[in-house]
Order: sequence, then C-alpha cells, then structure tokens
Amino acid sequence: METLVEIHDVRKVYKRDQFEIPVLNGITLGVPRGDFLALMGPSGSGKTTLLNLIAGIDRPTSGRILVDGQEVSSYSETALASWRARHVGFIFQMYNLIPVLNAAENVELPLLLTKLNRKQRKQHVENALAIVGLADRMTHYPRQLSGGQEQRVAIARAIVTDPTILVADEPTGDLDAKNADETLDLLQRLNAEFEKTIVMVTHDPKAAGRAKHALHLDKGVLAEGQYGYEAEPAVVRT
Amino acid sequence: MAIPLKYNIGNISSRRVSTLMSVLGIGIVIAVMLSMMALSNGVNSAIISTGSKDNLMIMRDGSDTELDSWVDKAKFQVLRTLPGIQKDAQGQPVISPEIIIVFKLPKKDNPKGSNVNVRGVTPMGFEMRPYLKVIEGRMFRPGVNEVIVSRRIRDRFVGCNVGDSFHFGPQDWNVVGIFDGAGTSFDSEIWTDVGYLGSVRKRESYSTVVIRPADHDAATSIKAAVDNDNRLKLQAKSEYQYYDEQTSGLVGIKVLVGFVTFFMVIGATLGAMNTMFTAVASRTRELATLRALGFKRRAILMTVVIESAFVSLLGGLAGVLLALPVNLISTGTTNFKTFSEVAFNFNMGPAVALRGILLAVVAGVIGGLLPAISAARLPITRALREI
Ligand SMILES: Nc1ncnc2c1ncn2[C@@H]1O[C@H](COP(=O)(O)OP(=O)(O)O)[C@@H](O)[C@H]1O
Ligand SMILES: [Mg+2]
Repeated sequence: METLVEIHDVRKVYKRDQFEIPVLNGITLGVPRGDFLALMGPSGSGKTTLLNLIAGIDRPTSGRILVDGQEVSSYSETALASWRARHVGFIFQMYNLIPVLNAAENVELPLLLTKLNRKQRKQHVENALAIVGLADRMTHYPRQLSGGQEQRVAIARAIVTDPTILVADEPTGDLDAKNADETLDLLQRLNAEFEKTIVMVTHDPKAAGRAKHALHLDKGVLAEGQYGYEAEPAVVRT
Repeated sequence: MAIPLKYNIGNISSRRVSTLMSVLGIGIVIAVMLSMMALSNGVNSAIISTGSKDNLMIMRDGSDTELDSWVDKAKFQVLRTLPGIQKDAQGQPVISPEIIIVFKLPKKDNPKGSNVNVRGVTPMGFEMRPYLKVIEGRMFRPGVNEVIVSRRIRDRFVGCNVGDSFHFGPQDWNVVGIFDGAGTSFDSEIWTDVGYLGSVRKRESYSTVVIRPADHDAATSIKAAVDNDNRLKLQAKSEYQYYDEQTSGLVGIKVLVGFVTFFMVIGATLGAMNTMFTAVASRTRELATLRALGFKRRAILMTVVIESAFVSLLGGLAGVLLALPVNLISTGTTNFKTFSEVAFNFNMGPAVALRGILLAVVAGVIGGLLPAISAARLPITRALREI
C-alpha cells in the first residue's frame, strides 16, 4: 500500500532554560494512505509531539517528514500554515470550538481559507454537518451542545475541506463512554466509507482497538522499532 | 480570507461587563479630552477673531491693555490730524476715541458679581467694526445713560434685557439694545456713548484711539509717527496684534488642553492595551486553534487590532455622548491680563467630535498592537496545551 506519511529518523529536543529535553529520539515510521493508526504510550512519552510534527504545527529538531510526497519539515512558518489549511484536519481533546460562533460558522472557518464562494461554502458546511449527524444543529452555539455533539461539530470542521489526513489528539479523552463510542464509530466510518487517513493519539486501549493499527511510544522511541514501510510491519492490535 | 468580524463582535459582546468597563473608561477619557478641545476652540474663536489688521490701536506707551492706557484729549486732536488716515464719505477721518471702564455687575449665578468691560464709543467705532450688529431693541443715543449689551452678557448677568436697567456707581443705566459681536471679544462687553461715559465717570482722557489708515504705506507712516513722537508718549499696533497678545493670558488654557489631550490619548491607549491583553490571555488556546486550522500570524494580529479598534470606537462614541452636555455650557473666565470677563462657548462642533472619535480609534489600534503581536507570536503547540 502507498505510504502517505513518511517519517525519517525524527528527533525533537525541547530547550527549557539551559536544559535540553529530548522528547523524540529517532522515530522512523510510515503511515499508509487510508490507514487508521493509533499512537499509544504513557503520558509524557511524546505522542502529542509526534502528532504535532505530522500535522505541521511544529518542526523536528532533525530528521525529515514527508506527507503525500511533500517535505513539510522544511517548510517556512507561512508555507506550513497554507499547507495545513489544505491538507490537515484537526480533532482536539477539548474540541476547541470557537464559543462565539455557531456550529455552521465553526465548521465554515477552514473554508474561509479556500477560494470557495459563500454558496459553495454553505453547501460544504451542510454536507459535513450531515455526515456527523448534526444537520439540525447548524445555528446552535457550542454551549448549547453536549460534549459529544461538540466533538462531532469539531469533526465536521476537520473534514469540511476534505483534507489529506486527519489528526486526532485524545479525541475521546473528555467524553463519557457512550459519547466516546459514538465518536469512535464516526472516525471508523470516516476511515472506512470516506477512506480518510487518520492518526489518533490515545492512551485508552479501547479507543486504540477501534483503529486498524496501533503503535506504542515509550520515552520517545517506537516500541516496534520501525513501522509502515520498508520492512512489512508487525501489525499490533491491542 | 481573514477571521470573520463576527468573531470580534461575538467576543466583545460575550464579555459584556469587561467591555462596558473598557468602553466607559475610554469614553470618560475621550469626554474629558473633548471638553478640553471644545474649551480651547471656544476661547480661540472668542479672542483671535476680534482684531482687524486694518485698524491701528493707539495706546499709552508702556501699557499692555486698554484698561491701563490713557490718551489725553489734546493728544487725540494731534492724532486726528495725522496724514494718512482714511476719510469717510463725509470727508471725516476714520478714527475712534474709546473709553473702557470696568463695571462690576451681578451675575445670574453669582450675585457678588463679576467684571465687565464697558466701552464708550462714537458712531465711528461701529463703522470700524462692521460685523457688530444690534439684534434686538435699538442703538443707544449719544449723551444719555443708554447702553447696548452683548447677547452673552445679557444671558449671564442680571438686569441686562432690553427695557431693564442696572445700577453702577451713582448712575442707573438703561438697556436699550442687544448686540451680537460675531464671536469676537466684544461679545463680552457693554457699549455706550463715549462722551456720556467719560463725563459721568469723570474721565479726562480716552483709553485708546483706533485709527483706520488709508493704505498699507499710510499704516507704516502713522505707526512711525506715533511711536517716534516723544511728546506723545504713545504706541501704535494693529488691532489684530493687540488681541493676539491678549490671548497670551489664556495661553495657559491652550497649553493645558494640549497637555491633557496628550495624556488622555495615552490613557485611552493603555486602557485599550489592558483590555486586549486580558482578552487575548483568556483566548490563548482558541487563537492557537485558529492558527492550527491555517490562519496566518497576520490574521491573528489583524483580528486583535480590529477588536481593539472596535472597543475604542465604542469608547469614542460614548465619549462624544458624555461630552455633549458641555456644549450647552456658555461660560466665562477671567482674562488675567485685563481682569475682565471673557465670555465663550464650549464649542464641540462635528469636527471636534470626529477628532475625538478618531483619536480613540488610533489609541485602540496602537494599544491593540502589543497584545496582538504577543498573541500572533505564541508557539501553536504550547498555546494548544493551555486550558
Ligand atoms: N513546548 C515544550 N517545551 C518543553 N517541553 C515540552 C514542550 N512540549 C512538550 N514538552 C515535554 O515533552 C514531553 C512529551 O510531551 P507530549 O508529547 O505532550 O507527551 P504525551 O502526549 O505523550 O503525553 C513531556 O515531558 C513534555 O513535558
Ligand atoms: Mg498528549
């Protein structure tokens, strides 16, 4: 299968005062197109850091990251912003909806960075909200929605531009079991039906179980060594 | 495309109390500034517009004001015959001997009274100030105790309506007319016949003499003739120059206005800055989310500055509303050079109001810049970790 995300020997070191904190210590990883990958590991193991690098909101200290053939690790700040707008859909633990905008306006935000006109944007917003089952909540504000509904609006916002990859950082971390289940159903459906490539960080084995594959990070290295390309990976299911 | 305006308006209206405080704070600052500007505007138009560059004022050498000047009647006869004075239709020289005496009269809001300049003139005095119009009643007659009163003095002093009379010294004075001085400092005066005023107040000499030279060269030669004649001991300056110098007594007001305006703008800027720093701090994760979605640093910068400018615009509008009542105030101040009242209106025209609003917006933009830069600079990954 074609590799969508290629990560070559990536290291990330944070500097705090004089101390250097190594967070990722040589990660090599390939994510096939159409994969639904769960990144697992204890708190502080570098999961979020790795996801942020893939999503292009952070840059590695060394190593290369390619997404869909583009070396995003070498992009400038501005180029990265444009790239994210076109290629990345973000799903956050705390949903991160804008409280003063209603569901439709929240979902429309990424479309404001495209060339679509108002009518086309409206069409896309309606489609995205219909996919997550909230077509009847267009004009509701985040505070008028339940946590599960908020996360579904956030997912609609993530898919509205039809991005190349979806990144989700603990998407069920703030939800109760029932809403977590529904959210994972939705992610599975996006992967299966719409062939979305998804990378999801989670420390919940049940959530990871819904992914196609799961990888373990510990102290900044992958437990499996390499994954996804070159050598056929050892497929780990939890 | 930029972050939609609804985002700013939504945020401004969602933190209602804090917005109200900021708007009110900036509003009060702008209101004070506008009142100051209105005051300066009023003083300026009351004084500067009085003097004519065509008229020469002759005063005692060494006196700064009309009140401590005197010109003997004999010297007046010398001045009258100087060559170069313009002649009127009847062939008479255009020259006006005037007496200025301070009356202390009771004010409507202050029964103890305040000083008013009473100017004695001949008909020629009116001819030399054609903008002066009797708007009610009639002109005083020569040789009797009749006066005309400026509209502003009528409004603020007791017994100054047409038909009223007031008492000063041993005399009663009958008000027969109201005049309008077109915003000049004559608007703070009472006018009467120079002969009668001089005789009842026992003045042997005039205070000043105003001359209209025939042309520019004549003005120069008359001024030289007066200044250089050691027997006269008089000085000549243009009426305009005289009134311009009088303003220097009120320069204090103008300096104060400039000073206050400067600090008020700084105050409004700091107010906007404080508001936006607080607003941005509580939205760290939200702004990082917008950047993750692909909005650039510039878009974040713009949205914060726009929000700041908008809050300040509301503050500016509130300021205009708060300052509006001062426009109804017509007041006076003592000109410390002449110790008489200068009447003027707080004058906040649309131009002053617009300037206040504009300054508020400028303060908002400048005040918003620092919080905006700090918001745009936040590293996305760290900001996303904020609660
Ligand atoms: N901006 C930063 N500056 C310094 N240290 C950081 C920063 N971001 C993350 N870290 C550190 O990197 C390590 C890994 O963090 P993270 O990737 O969030 O782990 P995880 O998501 O697996 O819990 C942690 O020890 C964290 O404190
Ligand atoms: Mg994490």
